[in-house]
Amino acid sequence: MHEMAITESVVQAICERMGDAPVRRVCLEIGTLSGVVADSVRFCFDLVSEGTTLEGASLEIVQPMGKARCRDCGAEFALDDLLELCPCGSANRELLAGEELRIREVEVMA
Amino acid sequence: MCATCGCSGGTILEHHEHDHVHHHGHGHDHGHRHGHPETRTVTLEQAVLARNDALAELNRTWLAERGILAVNLMSSPGAGKTTLLERTIRELGAEVRVSVVEGDQETVLDADRIRATGAPAVQINTGSGCHLDAQMLAGGLRTLDPPERSVVLIENVGNLVCPALFDLGEQARVVITSVTEGAEKPRKYPQMFRAADLVLLNKTDLLPYVDFDISAFLEGARRANPGVEVLQLSATTGDGVTGWYDWLRARLPRQ
Repeated sequence: MHEMAITESVVQAICERMGDAPVRRVCLEIGTLSGVVADSVRFCFDLVSEGTTLEGASLEIVQPMGKARCRDCGAEFALDDLLELCPCGSANRELLAGEELRIREVEVMA
Repeated sequence: MCATCGCSGGTILEHHEHDHVHHHGHGHDHGHRHGHPETRTVTLEQAVLARNDALAELNRTWLAERGILAVNLMSSPGAGKTTLLERTIRELGAEVRVSVVEGDQETVLDADRIRATGAPAVQINTGSGCHLDAQMLAGGLRTLDPPERSVVLIENVGNLVCPALFDLGEQARVVITSVTEGAEKPRKYPQMFRAADLVLLNKTDLLPYVDFDISAFLEGARRANPGVEVLQLSATTGDGVTGWYDWLRARLPRQ
């Protein structure tokens, strides 16, 4: 369960960036192919943020879908998992989206 | 229910501290930009693991300055990492100095096994943690103090999920899996196989006794990581280990 460590990284990074400002809302981007389970992060968030400036903040998670470009035929296609092949049958694809693991924005008390 | 934040569509929400409540009537598929006068939105666009990645870069520089090759070995528990390390140290130790960073949740059993081969080892116990991170490796390297132009083999916590996400600052990642675990491992854990620079299929001496479809395994590995090199070996009998040594030799720091 690396989501606890991931959530700790989120809270730590926001505390470092935002100083003492109380945080009301956090928006994360967790791609569907990132290997991080968004529901687990939600579960960990309240626990980890307790006693910090993020305590009580709402958590939004945006989950970009996987997208890839085939290096053989050039087609762009949706990727539901990391094993999916290009419709042409090639496994040689470059991931364009789906692996995001980012803090997009926060809303803090002015 | 709203899929983004879990709030109930059309009902009263109390996300924020207000002396009033407001009705959202959720017809949107998200955003929640309310424009509260008392708050401001700050765009961060920061990688969640930025701190770990920065520490990993420091480790990479530290290793490069000393001409040390660091390899991160990842597998499920029981795949044979420690047995492979013991043999590697015995058979390659005359060519290059090898030291080991051992990651386990508890005990110093693996570090003791490595020390019994004569190689220096440091044990990192992660407690409830399921992976090594860059900060742990930094501490391990300082304790180990490996000589210049040597090899550090990092035995990550036995786990095919979490270690894949955490850059340690290593030069290469090796995923070890064994025939007793079943051929579907790459399909079940594509993230891990995608992170690999090399896949070692261990315990091939047991192939006559288990139902293991090598071609299905190779196809799974190819789908997760097209072009990844897969070597088959037995750390117990020594069959196939020369391929692994050659792979390491090709990456050794120049003496």
